Amino acid sequence: MDQTRNQPSAGKFWSWFIPVGRQVGGWAFALNRVTAIGLTFYLFLHLAVLSLLAKGPDGYNGFLALTENPIIKFGEWAVVAAVFLHGLNGIRIILTSFGVGVTRQKQLFYGFTVVAVLIILIFTIRMY
Amino acid sequence: MTENWKITLRVYRQKENQTSHFDDFQMDVNPDEYVLDAVERAWAFHDRTICFRHACHHSTCGACGMRVNGVEKLTCITLIRDVTRNGATLKVEPLRNFPVVSDLAVDMGVFYRKMEAVGARAVLPVTEAEIEDPPSKWDAEDSQYIRLSDCIECGLCMSACPIMATTPEYLGPAPLAAAQDQGLRRKPELLSVVDCEDGVWRCHSAFECTAVCPSFVEPARRIMNLRVQVVDMRLRKLFGKA
Repeated sequence: MDQTRNQPSAGKFWSWFIPVGRQVGGWAFALNRVTAIGLTFYLFLHLAVLSLLAKGPDGYNGFLALTENPIIKFGEWAVVAAVFLHGLNGIRIILTSFGVGVTRQKQLFYGFTVVAVLIILIFTIRMY
Repeated sequence: MTENWKITLRVYRQKENQTSHFDDFQMDVNPDEYVLDAVERAWAFHDRTICFRHACHHSTCGACGMRVNGVEKLTCITLIRDVTRNGATLKVEPLRNFPVVSDLAVDMGVFYRKMEAVGARAVLPVTEAEIEDPPSKWDAEDSQYIRLSDCIECGLCMSACPIMATTPEYLGPAPLAAAQDQGLRRKPELLSVVDCEDGVWRCHSAFECTAVCPSFVEPARRIMNLRVQVVDMRLRKLFGKA
């Protein structure tokens, strides 16, 4: 190991996702990164699927049949879960960024996460 | 009767141009001793080549910051009882995001230069300090009193911050807190230092800095307040009131 290993570098982004030694705010930070990456991936996937429309009804209908596949269905569920976890945590960050509830950021995180989980639960029941 | 624990002190070792490894030291400790006591005992009775920084032993100098079982701690005030248990391992590593000089000692030069860049104050007038129950109005003679700054420049916040790990140019929690401490209205020249890509807007609200700060500086709260100050200054410029 060289002396530079302990120094900051862009390549260390993976350390964002290691929860060991982190605390509530750090876990919230990691959760927001993971859901953001997932949603970005979904956005491109979504555009690719929409491009099937250019191939006419047959191309798109063929894809729609795939949505009954359990893996695709789980993917849709994951998108909804990521939207609510990321969106509600984002509201917490907006509030604290401008001085609202800064000293209560942990409670805000717990509160918004409970709301997100409840919404995801309702969605899960309706979906399955 | 004094309680005695048997622990394994696992110490990060790395000398110049050598690969890193951990050395284990079995020792009996009083769980109400501090982690720094255990490190000093390893140095005194097991291996005199262990290199670490320490000075005051009462959380004033900020020299003995290390990662204890993965979490940033000021080892002179961290009870062994609070971070391990009887028969378990106590792992000590150098702070993250600083070059390792030797073993547990890191080079804090970049951090100190950032503190200088924002004109961090070691002492400040009591009238400008954040204190509990301040008087509604300060008397003129109160301005003669000064107090030590809360920040002891231990660097724990710089080590815990996930953004510091990936962005060396980021000013970091302690320097931004030091800028907030002075106030942009009082020191408008700080605006260009903090209102930039690697300044106050680079913080991603992980709040790890506040979680590990041993001196109740609350860097995250100060960074958020600094953002409000920056927006206030921008609006004043926009409407010609600066």
